[in-house]
Amino acid sequence: MKMSVAPPGEPQRVKKVEERESVVIRFAGDSGDGMQLTGMQFSTESALAGNDIGTLPDFPAEIRAPAGTLAGVSAFQVNFASQEVFTPGDDVDVLVAMNPAALRANLGDLKSGGILIVNTEAFSEQNLQRAGYANSPLDDGSLDRYQVFPVDVTKLTVNALQDLGLSNREALRCKNFFALGMISWLYHRPIESTEHWIRVKFKKSADLVEANLRALHAGYNFGETTELFAVSYQVKPAPIAPGFYRNITGNNAAALGFVAASRKAGLPLFLGSYPITPASDILHELSSLKHFDVTTFQAEDEIAAAGATLGAAFGGALGITTTSGPGMNLKMETIGLGVMVELPMVIVNIQRAGPSTGMPTKTEQADLLQAMYGRHGESPVPVIAAMTPSDCFYAAFEAARLAILYMTPVILLTDGYLANGTEPWLVPRFADLPDFPVAFRTDPQGFFPYLRDERTLARPWVRPGTPGLEHRIGGLSKEHITGNVSYSPANHEQMIRIRARKVAGIAREIAPTPVGGAPQGDVLVIGWGGTYGAIAAAVKDLVARGKAVGHVHLRYLNPLPADLPDILSRFRKILVPELNLGQLVRVLRAEYLVDAVGMNKIQGRPFKVSELVTRVQRLIEA
Amino acid sequence: MSDSTAVKLSKKDFASDQEVRWCPGCGDYAVLNQVQRVLPELGVPRENFVFISGIGCSSRFPYYMNTYGFHSIHGRAPAIATGLKTARPELSVWVVTGDGDALSIGGNHLIHALRRNVDLKILLFNNRIYGLTKGQYSPTSESGKVTKSTPVGSPDYPFDPIAIALGAEASFAARSVDVDAKQLHDVLRRAYEHKGAAFVEILQNCNVFNDGAWAPLTEKATKADAQIVLEHGKPLVFGKDRDRGIRLSPRLEPEVVELGNGVSESDLVVYDERNPALAYLLSRLEPPQFPTPVGVFLAVSKPTYEQRVAEQIAAAREQLGEGDVDKLLRQGDTWAVR
Ligand code: SF4
Repeated sequence: MKMSVAPPGEPQRVKKVEERESVVIRFAGDSGDGMQLTGMQFSTESALAGNDIGTLPDFPAEIRAPAGTLAGVSAFQVNFASQEVFTPGDDVDVLVAMNPAALRANLGDLKSGGILIVNTEAFSEQNLQRAGYANSPLDDGSLDRYQVFPVDVTKLTVNALQDLGLSNREALRCKNFFALGMISWLYHRPIESTEHWIRVKFKKSADLVEANLRALHAGYNFGETTELFAVSYQVKPAPIAPGFYRNITGNNAAALGFVAASRKAGLPLFLGSYPITPASDILHELSSLKHFDVTTFQAEDEIAAAGATLGAAFGGALGITTTSGPGMNLKMETIGLGVMVELPMVIVNIQRAGPSTGMPTKTEQADLLQAMYGRHGESPVPVIAAMTPSDCFYAAFEAARLAILYMTPVILLTDGYLANGTEPWLVPRFADLPDFPVAFRTDPQGFFPYLRDERTLARPWVRPGTPGLEHRIGGLSKEHITGNVSYSPANHEQMIRIRARKVAGIAREIAPTPVGGAPQGDVLVIGWGGTYGAIAAAVKDLVARGKAVGHVHLRYLNPLPADLPDILSRFRKILVPELNLGQLVRVLRAEYLVDAVGMNKIQGRPFKVSELVTRVQRLIEA
Repeated sequence: MSDSTAVKLSKKDFASDQEVRWCPGCGDYAVLNQVQRVLPELGVPRENFVFISGIGCSSRFPYYMNTYGFHSIHGRAPAIATGLKTARPELSVWVVTGDGDALSIGGNHLIHALRRNVDLKILLFNNRIYGLTKGQYSPTSESGKVTKSTPVGSPDYPFDPIAIALGAEASFAARSVDVDAKQLHDVLRRAYEHKGAAFVEILQNCNVFNDGAWAPLTEKATKADAQIVLEHGKPLVFGKDRDRGIRLSPRLEPEVVELGNGVSESDLVVYDERNPALAYLLSRLEPPQFPTPVGVFLAVSKPTYEQRVAEQIAAAREQLGEGDVDKLLRQGDTWAVR
């Protein structure tokens, strides 16, 4: 077997090098073109180059939509910069389009004057037709606003691999690495991490290692040698706090947060789950962590997933159940029981665009009111939300801690954007996370199932198998303290009020709310969940331009932080951007009688920073 | 360690202080009585028993047992019990359910708990009616049944709990009758002793909304002719005078034959509780053509769900060691910034 050419390392640049502060690249192709992988690898290279990054995968709901169609376009966007990155970026500076459909679906987001790299070979009559083009956009002048770089990625890849004896199909599969190599050259990315990845991924086949490495290097070298590219770009490292970093998705972070919490609590972790997009990755991740005393139960349905979780919690485990919108509806009956029997469990809703199946791979924030009020009866449940992919770790940890401390189901809201997006994460030390060891009740002396802790109002947690504490819990109304079945009207009201007080009391756990941007002034922007990055970037931008705009991002949605009314009173106007028709804004108006206004987007996509900036400006001027 | 392992338990140790609130004359009393009789015989500390139920008359059962108990949601008891048993394999977990709870709203959970072979003891009180909601037909009610919700007769066809359990790959399936103290006692013991999901259908009389549903099986005069007791290794003989039996025709169709006149016990089916095909065949026997089989239909042994889960965790620990959280957090795409 021939050896691959030596890895190019950082070659002497003979061509012109320009500097950029931040760049947004979108890789787009057919779902079989490996664009997610290309994007992930490019992100890793960028992180290793010292940039701050933000990513946004955008893939179709269909596993394999017909090749070449708009429905089958899969894209991955990376924002990398020499400064702090809050979002995957609004409009893109560079679009890599592997076929006409990818071009058509993504061109609208390319900045005027932006770089457009197209795989010319894929612009066949048939592919043009499938994408709905009458004429090739490469020839009709419609791309004149952009810097177009036509590259026959397919042919160049196949040529580079010619003597390896691969089938045409196998050779074609390497073309994403050619593209990656080319873009890596264009932006001075180190490719060692990708080389390493290829060696590990294809370790079973030396031929495939060689082929993919060669494609990668051929792409890189093509950038250097071709006359097509006259300039390459450098993005200097960002000033990043020293420490140990990893790239992490929200789902991965949530899984790790639960493992860390189970260790801190000293409990085995039980996950009951039913496969659903975009939540399944938490199930996948935890199922490989059995040595952490993790049990994963793939249930027969969403209801059983929640039920088994509650059963495991009854048995003394840290019970977690994960799902997305439609599955959440099915779990609500069990959450109601969890509220009644006062056992700890965490229900994770990775929100997606609904109602019903909606757009399952796209993001939305429309399940907040469901989380807060979507049960029968007076059924208060603490609700917390994660703000960024890596924040899913801390949010999961906190959800578990509150559930156990207050003996209650806790709902954790994340969303498809956080679940699949990645960002660099300054990895914490386990020892630095708060401890919250669980003390099960074992003393039969003076035991009653609903005798509560004076401070938290939590009832005792007793593991079945503890002698002398045999007792019955259940969905029927129970008598205060004794836990006997009771239909007394006064007792029913008393128990309802105690549970409401218990959940409201969680406000004491909430640290003073940080206010980003201006501490007082014209507009306070209040968000929750995955809109954090976009709002933070917008507010930073506005403040830099001298505007008195503040930002509060709520981790705790039920109960709300006690200091919120005071913060609200310091601003003239309140704007609540949400990826729904206005849910938090309703809560704020109802709770605080403030004239908060909503800003709403329901397109399965995150806010653009520019949209937020414009809206806030309008509000200031109004 | 608990001292109670050494304590000799009696029936009254298993009675809670709660007043039993079933209708006077309800078949549930007899079952409660029998369960409270069997438990002290099993050598299990009382604190290790857990009774989990759904919703319905029978599902009040846990409140009357002085054990750990969980009265849960309509139909969901097998799911909740699966979580508990998986998290805590050392507990003896019993599910109490009814024909509506287990076979209608909770059908999915029942079949999957059986399929997984979770070591649960599932007692299904079959009274062929919805009692708690005051008398609507259930999935085991006979076709044409007139009830509050079917004034001109039910257009549904019923199904048979044992056949469902067998179809769901239960490793143990048995049938008993509420008032047949001895037989019920034996079946409950067998269910406990079976390592795996044990499904027990208990024919139970709802004297308020469906009185006499199982009358031929419980009346002294008809009982011996109306039921046939399945006994492993014994020929299928029944009748007051034990003069009738069940034979398979050459076309594998069961038929009732009179013993004598050239037909002897050696012509009858010898019951084998390890044979699922035979169990299914017997589950299809219905009155009036056939006697109703009671006893253990099937008892086969296979590793339980919770056992296999625990083995996987143990193997992972063996292979990878006790998980180290710091190491876990530092896996994947990592780099250091100095
Ligand atoms: S309604 Fe029927 S099943 Fe229910 S308690 Fe009364 S007699 Fe028993």
